[in-house]
Amino acid sequence: MLLGSWSNLFTIVEMIDGFKNFKFWYVFSPYFWLVLFFFIPLAIILKISLSVSEWGMPPYKKLFSLNEATGSFDLNITFSNYAFIFSDSYYFQSYLNSISLAFTSTLICLIIGYPIAFYVAKSKPKIRNLFLVLLVIPFWTSFLLRVYAWKVLLQGNGLINNILINLNLIDEPLSMMYNHYSVILGVVYTYLPFMILPLYGFLVKFDLRLIEASHDLGVRPIKTFFKIILPLSIPGIIAGSMLVFIPVVGEFVIPELLGGSDKLYFGKMIFDEFFVNRDWPIASALAMSGILFLAIPIMVFQLAYQKYGLKNE
Amino acid sequence: MNKVFFKYLVLIFGFIFLYFPILALIGYSFNDSKRVMVWKGFSFRWYGELFKNEQILEAFYTSIEIAALSATFATILGVMAGFSLARIAKIPFRSFFIFLSTAPLVMPEIILGLSLLLFFVTTNNLFGLPSSKGQLTVLIAHITFSVAFVAVIIQARLSSFDKNIEEAAQDLGAKPNSVIWKITTPVIMPAIISGWLLAFTLSLDDLVVASFTTGPGANTLPIVVFSKVRLGLSPEVNALSAIIMLFVVTIAVGYYIKIRNKSDVNK
Repeated sequence: MLLGSWSNLFTIVEMIDGFKNFKFWYVFSPYFWLVLFFFIPLAIILKISLSVSEWGMPPYKKLFSLNEATGSFDLNITFSNYAFIFSDSYYFQSYLNSISLAFTSTLICLIIGYPIAFYVAKSKPKIRNLFLVLLVIPFWTSFLLRVYAWKVLLQGNGLINNILINLNLIDEPLSMMYNHYSVILGVVYTYLPFMILPLYGFLVKFDLRLIEASHDLGVRPIKTFFKIILPLSIPGIIAGSMLVFIPVVGEFVIPELLGGSDKLYFGKMIFDEFFVNRDWPIASALAMSGILFLAIPIMVFQLAYQKYGLKNE
Repeated sequence: MNKVFFKYLVLIFGFIFLYFPILALIGYSFNDSKRVMVWKGFSFRWYGELFKNEQILEAFYTSIEIAALSATFATILGVMAGFSLARIAKIPFRSFFIFLSTAPLVMPEIILGLSLLLFFVTTNNLFGLPSSKGQLTVLIAHITFSVAFVAVIIQARLSSFDKNIEEAAQDLGAKPNSVIWKITTPVIMPAIISGWLLAFTLSLDDLVVASFTTGPGANTLPIVVFSKVRLGLSPEVNALSAIIMLFVVTIAVGYYIKIRNKSDVNK
């Protein structure tokens, strides 16, 4: 490890030595930018999450401060913010709600998205391009407006209720909005293209002769699907699921527009702690635990998966 | 027969699910009534109101400006990062660099927004910079999360492209810089363009990070739209949706005609 750091230092010296070399600028410009605006901000969140909350601006105590009376340095590091969010089931529940929302909607996206991606990928090239364009259009349309569209449909006097009343199927408007089902619906709707497009990318490369071969060998279609097609599309399923699952855990806009008070979600919790309660240390501790429990497992999983994939090749 | 029936059933229901909400929104944009859900008759009234709404127009210009600038800077930095990852072996603390250029992809935007806001507050306390939050801070935030997306696209393109061609050029006496400009750049040009477009859309679409990092006088279009629809429906937003849809569909149809002609030529 230590040796590794030494060789890294030599690499830096070597590169600075050749700073007229384009390689120096190619590596260091994005490196510098990301350290400054991505890494340091995360370090600041970590720092604030360990600070003691207080009234004032900024609303937390400095980690190190000079005590004027005794002339010594005071250390104000506390883990109480973490202890607080883990002991209060209110916070932990919101995290679980977000995980379960992400899990449910990823699963539904997969169930709806897989057959669509499969049939589009299996269509003849000419009509396939048309389908593909039709799949991409919602993807490029504003995310916010697509969520808002469901507000128009689901309102008490919205389109769906109007249709049902005019068909005499119901007398009273159904209340379909402001609960966690409408949140799931909104999430599935907005994130479905993120599931379909990577799945399509994998399925379109799929060799159709494998299906024919298995058919010729007398295997039933259902068995062919589960034994051949599904296992071979696992990389696509994982890629699509990641693209849905990860952003949904931190999702703030959809619960805010379509959700009600029956379930609280993680993203909203951070937002409220910061802007409403103005408790920066708690908001930071929530964000840090979100990174620990979400982003890091996913990165570990991806690394492990890449290694596993390389081994299999 | 049964199978074909099932296929069309899936595709028809799939596309109805994807398009019905958007089409309903467009339909209501022509409603004359101030109350969105009560149909009073066909009119272009809300399109007129939309183009008279200073707040929305101003937010639109702000958004386009930030998106174009952030896409351009993010593409430059992202191309550099993607190139470094795919082609430069000696990078100090290489795994840390890989972490920095991929982590923004899996970071929930709410955490990204919060961390950047706290960063700007801290630097303001320490150095007085940035003096206030506004367009510049939103721009910096958007560049930061877009770089990773561009880097991934460029890296994927470079690793699928035969390195031997670059080496051959070098063996024939081309200098490293001219290899980059004459060989590598033309090959990855499509990836650069799609990276720019992706960065542009990500910026144009972003609400959460912009809400954290914006300040007075720098409202982007999603921020204004969100404030309008948070508590209810807005006929002007309906009209705006229809215009955006028209724009996206025009581009998509143009693209479709282009790829269709291409596949005709290939035959």
